[in-house]
Amino acid sequence: MIHLPVVKATDRVFDIDPNEAPTHDLREELFQLEKEGELEVIRVPEPYMEVKTKFGRIKKIPVEKTWHHKSCGQCGHIPGYSTSIFWLNRAFNLDYHDPTDQTSCTAWNYYASATSNPEAQAAVAIRNFAAAHEVGYFPLIHCGTSFGHYKEVRHALVHQPDLRRKVRDIMKRLGKKLVVPEEIVHYSEWVYAMRDRIAERQVVDMSNITATVHPACHYHKLIEEDAIYSEEIYGAQRTAIITGVLEKLGINVADYSTWFDCCGFGFRHILVSRDFSRSFSVQRKIEVMMEEASPDVTVTHDTGCVTTLDQSQVVGKAHDKKVGLPVMSDSQMAALAMGAHPYKVLQLHWHNTNNKPFLEKIGIDVEKTWAEFEAECAKIKSGEKQYMTWEDAAK
Amino acid sequence: MALDLSINKYADVPYEEKERLFDEAKADGRWEHVLYGCYECGICVAACPSARFYDFSPRVIAQAVAREDVDLVYTLMNDSVWDCSQCFSCDRCPRQNSPGQIITVLREVAVRNGLQTAKQALEGYGRIIYKIMSTGSQVSPDMLQPNAFPDWGKHVHEISENLEVWRKALPPETLHTIETGWKVDEKTIIELYLIWHMTGVMNMIEEIDEGLFMILVDVMEERLEEAGYDVTFD
Ligand code: SF4
Ligand code: SF4
Repeated sequence: MIHLPVVKATDRVFDIDPNEAPTHDLREELFQLEKEGELEVIRVPEPYMEVKTKFGRIKKIPVEKTWHHKSCGQCGHIPGYSTSIFWLNRAFNLDYHDPTDQTSCTAWNYYASATSNPEAQAAVAIRNFAAAHEVGYFPLIHCGTSFGHYKEVRHALVHQPDLRRKVRDIMKRLGKKLVVPEEIVHYSEWVYAMRDRIAERQVVDMSNITATVHPACHYHKLIEEDAIYSEEIYGAQRTAIITGVLEKLGINVADYSTWFDCCGFGFRHILVSRDFSRSFSVQRKIEVMMEEASPDVTVTHDTGCVTTLDQSQVVGKAHDKKVGLPVMSDSQMAALAMGAHPYKVLQLHWHNTNNKPFLEKIGIDVEKTWAEFEAECAKIKSGEKQYMTWEDAAK
Repeated sequence: MALDLSINKYADVPYEEKERLFDEAKADGRWEHVLYGCYECGICVAACPSARFYDFSPRVIAQAVAREDVDLVYTLMNDSVWDCSQCFSCDRCPRQNSPGQIITVLREVAVRNGLQTAKQALEGYGRIIYKIMSTGSQVSPDMLQPNAFPDWGKHVHEISENLEVWRKALPPETLHTIETGWKVDEKTIIELYLIWHMTGVMNMIEEIDEGLFMILVDVMEERLEEAGYDVTFD
């Protein structure tokens, strides 16, 4: 494998001028369609935070009144990921809604098996958006793929009148309206926009930590103009997501030469052709990070990325590859920095790669915190408690 | 394994049939938004993870569809499109193509027409389709079984042994589920089934796996009937 030298930041400033953007601002077209009675736009509720996207446009990120469009892979296999997002909302005492009137985006039927079609995919998206709108909340998308896919759906609905008509008819038969959010917002954008407030509440020092970042393909490559960029981070030459948060927490973010590469998830591959996922993940990501940056942890912001980068290391280890790098989400890192419990909130026991050295390096007593979690489990097993509650998690 | 792109590979399939399938792809509403020609610059290949691992090239696919090489498109639709990881790293194409989405469309044509290679590519995938279509949640805790993920090591054993307790030890009330990622309302599932019905996606499942189609139809029709809908998927 060829290892390229890591590119260092330059003093030169590249201006991003939204007037020179190579793409149209889709939101203008959305509002025009609304005027024509074609659809209804769900406004970002106030107060909102403003961030810059790739071509310098401003994107609105809601602070609260968020409707949490959960991720099936996070909730199903790494549930501390979503739990940490909720924990952060609760820590700031924000009004959020964790719905049961929500399906997943069903994009596995689209990207993996191709057993769906644009009408079905758009109808699933709009049904979820309508469910959020009906209860007065704004969708916040937890999964990177759902986020990317919903951006594609929004583009398609704006540019394909025939698809719009079909989806409007379907919604009518479900007793719903064709509603489209003004912004499609990923939870990691919310974490990024909240980074100063998160840093203000930081109680765990992380200044001795080096982290690498893996940005999710479906976040910054699908409808690229909608991803967050900042002059202060990578000189706006790469998305600022995750990195902006980690730097605020005092973490040393180290670069590596395969930053742009995907994690190897591959949708169909992670389930039925895992040789690809394992090899790519270990050889193009984890090993490169380890060799070039010697990180304590790698941080990403999508379901499939956490799963693939984490689980693929098992076979890597069996083949004597340079692995053993804990994988976490930005929401978990932010919650941890603010004092969340590593097992009751971050639920790190669902992750595979040994994260004990990382936790110990930031001063967490692993044995003690694990015993606290096990004590909660014992109460559930004995029937003393039915569930562990938020109050229990705060103890 | 090297990809055989020779014209002999599918010489037994009539040209008209190959053309019919390609026409189906070209008639798709997405086609004009994902293909604008091709410079043959190879930028998509440089960014493509699958090209590093397989004998696979988004450039070859973009070239074949842009030049309307009917024979080659048919070969690629059978032997190449399933290698793509749908990461969309290729969306940086200077011609504004999306080779990844060209592939999505070609895959859908392959599925709708029940191509044998599509069935092979999706072998073992039925349980995911079942989960998504019947529950609206694609990945669920009960999938974490050692036999499903043998290469994820002994950790999967530990999870499956503790699954029930660990799910109850999650603070968000919606996450105490085993068969779905979170608690989903009955009304939500019914609306999802109605979407499947109105958009005809069940016909795609029937083409690819008749047994799975029949199981799904049973589950859906029963729940729809209980909810007061007289709907059949035939
Ligand atoms: S990047 Fe675009 S123009 Fe270049 S080879 Fe690929 S599809 Fe063709
Ligand atoms: S979407 Fe497919 S063709 Fe495009 S870069 Fe990813 S793997 Fe390659």
